Amino acid sequence: MEILLAFVIGGLYAAGLYMLMRRSIVKLIIGLALLSQAANLLVFTLGRVVRGRPPLIPADADILIGPFADPVPQALILTAIVIGFGVHAFTIVLVKRAYQTVGTDDLDDMRNTDLNP
Amino acid sequence: MTWTICGTRTSIRSAAAMGLWLILPILIPFLSAVATLLAWGQRPFQRAMGVLGTVGLLGAGVMLLDSVWRDGIQTLQVGNWPAPFGITLYADLFSAAMVILAGLIGLAVAVYSLGSMDADRERFGYYAIFHILLMGVCGAFLTGDIFNLYVWFEVMLIASFVLMVLGGERAQLEGGIKYVTLNLMASALFLAAVGILYGVTGTLNMADLAHRLGRMSAPGLTTALALMFLVAFGIKAAVFPLFFWLPASYHTPPVAVSALFSGLLTKVGVYALIRVFTRLFVQDVGYTHTLILVIAGLTMITGVLGAVAQTEVRRILSFHIISQIGYMVMGLGMLTPLALGGAIFYIIHHIIVKTNLFLISGMVLHLRGTHQLKNLGGLYRAYPGVSFLFLIPALSLAGLPPLSGFFAKLALVRAGLETGQFAIVAVALGVSLLTLFSMMKIWNEAFWKPSGEDDPPPTRSVPTALWLPTAGLALLTILVGLAAGPLLVFSMRAAEQLLGM
Repeated sequence: MEILLAFVIGGLYAAGLYMLMRRSIVKLIIGLALLSQAANLLVFTLGRVVRGRPPLIPADADILIGPFADPVPQALILTAIVIGFGVHAFTIVLVKRAYQTVGTDDLDDMRNTDLNP
Repeated sequence: MTWTICGTRTSIRSAAAMGLWLILPILIPFLSAVATLLAWGQRPFQRAMGVLGTVGLLGAGVMLLDSVWRDGIQTLQVGNWPAPFGITLYADLFSAAMVILAGLIGLAVAVYSLGSMDADRERFGYYAIFHILLMGVCGAFLTGDIFNLYVWFEVMLIASFVLMVLGGERAQLEGGIKYVTLNLMASALFLAAVGILYGVTGTLNMADLAHRLGRMSAPGLTTALALMFLVAFGIKAAVFPLFFWLPASYHTPPVAVSALFSGLLTKVGVYALIRVFTRLFVQDVGYTHTLILVIAGLTMITGVLGAVAQTEVRRILSFHIISQIGYMVMGLGMLTPLALGGAIFYIIHHIIVKTNLFLISGMVLHLRGTHQLKNLGGLYRAYPGVSFLFLIPALSLAGLPPLSGFFAKLALVRAGLETGQFAIVAVALGVSLLTLFSMMKIWNEAFWKPSGEDDPPPTRSVPTALWLPTAGLALLTILVGLAAGPLLVFSMRAAEQLLGM
């Protein structure tokens, strides 16, 4: 399972970076979304994927022994997903406004702020 | 809410009071933002709240520093969950000083906004977002939990995104896209690094992390993690070669917003770098901190050379932020108490001076309606007061004695000589000469040279709301220069606390 997830994460990072380097601002949004999903999945996988072992201490024991599904990374991802949702919603609106104002979706035409007038 | 204080043996009442000082710098901006949002459409109230909230933040910062100075490091376990399981708020001298600076810059910019922000931006929630930005900044300064740091970074970022593009001018949107994209990439990298860190150590509490990373026997993995954090925070701090979002965007929003960003945002990145590379990643100093030192030198040089090539006041100042970040990172790279103390002193000096320079550039914009050097001129003849006001932070930035920048650079250069890092010392001194050159370029072009037009533009008066914060910050620059001795002692103590001495 970890191996499969590792490949999925790598694929997501590669696809995200590829999309970020395209010239269209719509692909920019997709790239950013893919990157943040890749990071979320990475955090999830690093919490060690365990099946059917909830982090509950049995009645006859004092501490947890053996592998268990760590809830902390999942809580982290939940937070990160919520933050990512807000940020991406903002980015989509920003990109739409930029498209309406500048009149192009090509990042190469948005260099005015980088040039010396 | 309940809270406990660890490590202090004082009565419950004063313990509660100390926890209060730790939470107030986050709570005051939050409540101010809520009050401002509730009073949607009531501009006079929102404007008053902008000033009141930042005065409150400044006061809370001073009280926090006072209690840290007297009783040592303060911690607060949020929700009474014991460390390392819950979220810890943590304040040492460095973070308390940063909170004060956030309050100070917040106050200066809030007063300045009263006289310079247009009605439309104010109507669409400028002051609410402004408070939320301050909340994010103070939260990042006060957290003792690495994932919580990520959350505060995001709070700060989303507020800064809105401030950056509020108003929706073409340049703002173009600059905003670059700013948003590169900062979101940094956040994704930061999140991944936190995830890996938790995966290998099993904790998120910074004190606990320092302890566990110190005992880890996988040097390759720790170094890789350290470099991930270096890149993630490096983008936010705008170090070489990760700074490109800064000069593309900082000159586009209104001057008050630029000034707020220039004073606080990149410094939060530097703060995070200093936190992480003094407490967590000090296993392979020979590799990581040498790399930081090299980056520092390149950051200084590229920043100042970029500034020399610019002809617009705010773009020159933006490139100088980058070059100055190099000095702060240089102190971190040497990792001795004197070097770190110098870096902390430099941050204090830089935040005050840089914000002031941006605010004064706004005065120039108010008087002449342009930031282009070729269209400016004759300001000294028409407005000698504004001109002298510009000279104080400009000369301080270049490091002329007896202003604050001189002592900040002196401490760093001495630390460099003591540790035998002569190359970086040479770079620092050369860059400060180029800084002087480029400040003199603004002085010559905007203030000294005769006005280009045959009949000079009509004289306008500068509103008090623009005079007050700029004159106040200039006075503070002089005071920092005059009180350099005690402040350096303070910075050294803060540095020793950071290094755990």
